Amino acid sequence: MNYTLHFGQVLQYVPYLVQGAWISFQIAFLAFLGGMVIGLMGATAKMFGGLWLRGLVNAYTAFFMNTPQLVQIYFFFFALPQAGILLGPYEAVLIGMTLNAGAYSAEIQRAGFLSVHKAELEAAETIGFSLLQTVWHVILPHICRVLFPPLSNHYIIMTLGTSMAAIFGVEELTGRAFNVNARTFRSIEIFTVTAGIYVLVTIVASFLLLLLGRWLFRVKGKIF
Amino acid sequence: MLAGIGFSVEKGEIVSLIGPSGSGKSTLLRVLVGLNKPTSGTVSLGGRAIDYTNRRALREARDRFAIVFQQYNLFQNMTALRNVAIAPVKVKGRNAAEVEKEAVTLLEKVGLGDKLNAYPDELSGGQQQRVAIARALALRPDILLLDEVTSALDPELVKEVLDSVSLLAREGMTMLIVSHEMAFVRQVSKKVVFMDEGRMVEIGPPGEILDRPKTGRAREFMAKILRH
Amino acid sequence: MLTAFFEEIPAFFTYYNGLFLLQAAMRTIGLSAIGCVVGFLLGFFWAIVRLLSGKATLPARLASILYVEFFRRVPFLVTLMIVFFACQVLKLGFSVFTVATISVCLIAASYTAEIVRAGFESVPLKQWEAAEVMNFTLAQKLRLIIIPQAWKVILPPAFSFFIAFIKDTALASQIGVIELTYVGKVLNNKGYSASLVFGTILILYFIISYPLARFGARMEKRLALSKH
Repeated sequence: MNYTLHFGQVLQYVPYLVQGAWISFQIAFLAFLGGMVIGLMGATAKMFGGLWLRGLVNAYTAFFMNTPQLVQIYFFFFALPQAGILLGPYEAVLIGMTLNAGAYSAEIQRAGFLSVHKAELEAAETIGFSLLQTVWHVILPHICRVLFPPLSNHYIIMTLGTSMAAIFGVEELTGRAFNVNARTFRSIEIFTVTAGIYVLVTIVASFLLLLLGRWLFRVKGKIF
Repeated sequence: MLAGIGFSVEKGEIVSLIGPSGSGKSTLLRVLVGLNKPTSGTVSLGGRAIDYTNRRALREARDRFAIVFQQYNLFQNMTALRNVAIAPVKVKGRNAAEVEKEAVTLLEKVGLGDKLNAYPDELSGGQQQRVAIARALALRPDILLLDEVTSALDPELVKEVLDSVSLLAREGMTMLIVSHEMAFVRQVSKKVVFMDEGRMVEIGPPGEILDRPKTGRAREFMAKILRH
Repeated sequence: MLTAFFEEIPAFFTYYNGLFLLQAAMRTIGLSAIGCVVGFLLGFFWAIVRLLSGKATLPARLASILYVEFFRRVPFLVTLMIVFFACQVLKLGFSVFTVATISVCLIAASYTAEIVRAGFESVPLKQWEAAEVMNFTLAQKLRLIIIPQAWKVILPPAFSFFIAFIKDTALASQIGVIELTYVGKVLNNKGYSASLVFGTILILYFIISYPLARFGARMEKRLALSKH
């Protein structure tokens, strides 16, 4: 092997990469929030909607959960202009990820809604809670506690999913890694460092989410 | 945490450990088979001390003990017969046909001759426990350890298990029994050890310990037990 | 847009394009299948390493934990790049398909290791302990007792993972693997209507993934109900 690893050359680009991580975070966060909103509407529709509405939402979730996010974004980026909707790379990625997240979020939230036991509702009724009180004191805390782990997990997955924005030229972490690679050709070093940043970022995110869960909703979770 | 325990079990003797929950009785049995590591003190088998940190010594020790757990701990993916036969064949390397015959005999001995091919989830608690006893016997141990073997059973199933144990007692099996069944303890034991909070408090023949306990804690315990 | 769309359909769905798409679909499935099967074996190995005991094996256990955590926290695209350039530098002369398969394998191993570990932990500790005191070796424990019970807990998530990964293989298009997404880009560049091209690709992925997902769900339900 006549190639020696020169991490030194790459380390000077770390601040540049970390700024890219911040952009990755933005994309993931926005898409996650958007996905949550869509998911909430979707889950509600699946539980309480009429036949047509449920069918529509089921088609939506089935489609977005069984096709690759990359191709979904390709569609929004290349196909929508034909209908007159021109999207920049950042927007296409954001919309694609949001719709994708919405489908998964809807499924997660639906499972959460279904987990409310009749027993809890009956207990609330016997105590004499009004509907609003039941929702606030019984249903909401239960659902939040149940939904927090899978949604956190989904968020971490989305954070990793932002890396495909690089393919569209978005300068998030992976995109910047490609830029640095083009400039220095120290490919293995750069992508290893990038991998390291992703690992760090997701570990910190997991940890913070764990603390948040414990503090807000008393969600039990192992630190290790 | 166990401290200040010292007693011996002679061949053919049955020693019972009694005491309140958490007094360390089960822990002591677990230490003997190496499931909990001892930090100080010695356990000797046949005059030789067992070094629980040495893998080979541990294997040899386990070879000579057999334990029956409170929760039977049967292998759920095997029939009663296979549960009993598997260890002698796979671990001790004995002939499979021979072991199977012996397993059938053992299961018949505990009254489960008709349940040879039943899986654990098809058996009642009492039946599962008797399979566990047969399984322990198939290992031909020097000492049989019984860890509260009736405590997890519905009351009507307790008798069948105790009957099996009594049978073993009559045959002269050396046993170390942890139990709450005082009548049974009185009937089979040669020595009774009363433990409390990890310490051995009293030791003596069943008549003495159960009827005329010397220490305050023992008396308290006996009063509570005998109330029902 | 819509008229152009329908006008193009006959030109698009030619024999050659169809063949192209079919081969690409085969590569998509093959990439995921081979990568996941090999990855499963590797992951299984890592999960067993976690079970080893003793100070001597601590580095191995640590390596297992670090491996799993690392590959679960790095995006597929980045892993792909690392493997790609590593193969280049080591002058291994692998095809891009091989590079992609290796990447899939590495990632699948880390997810599988966790799935298998969960499977092992689903077998109650009591059975592990019972086997331990009967002197079963780790290999015997796994082969005779643990795996026969754990596989039902392992198979559904492992299968789900394989199906989910079919979608992730889309990223392999970036290093030039001629799978479905790559074909999409090629046909789009050739000038076919983007909505037709990518719409078709999306539908093809759906046709592959959805039935498998339903099958997996049915299998999971069936396994949960069956006993032995």
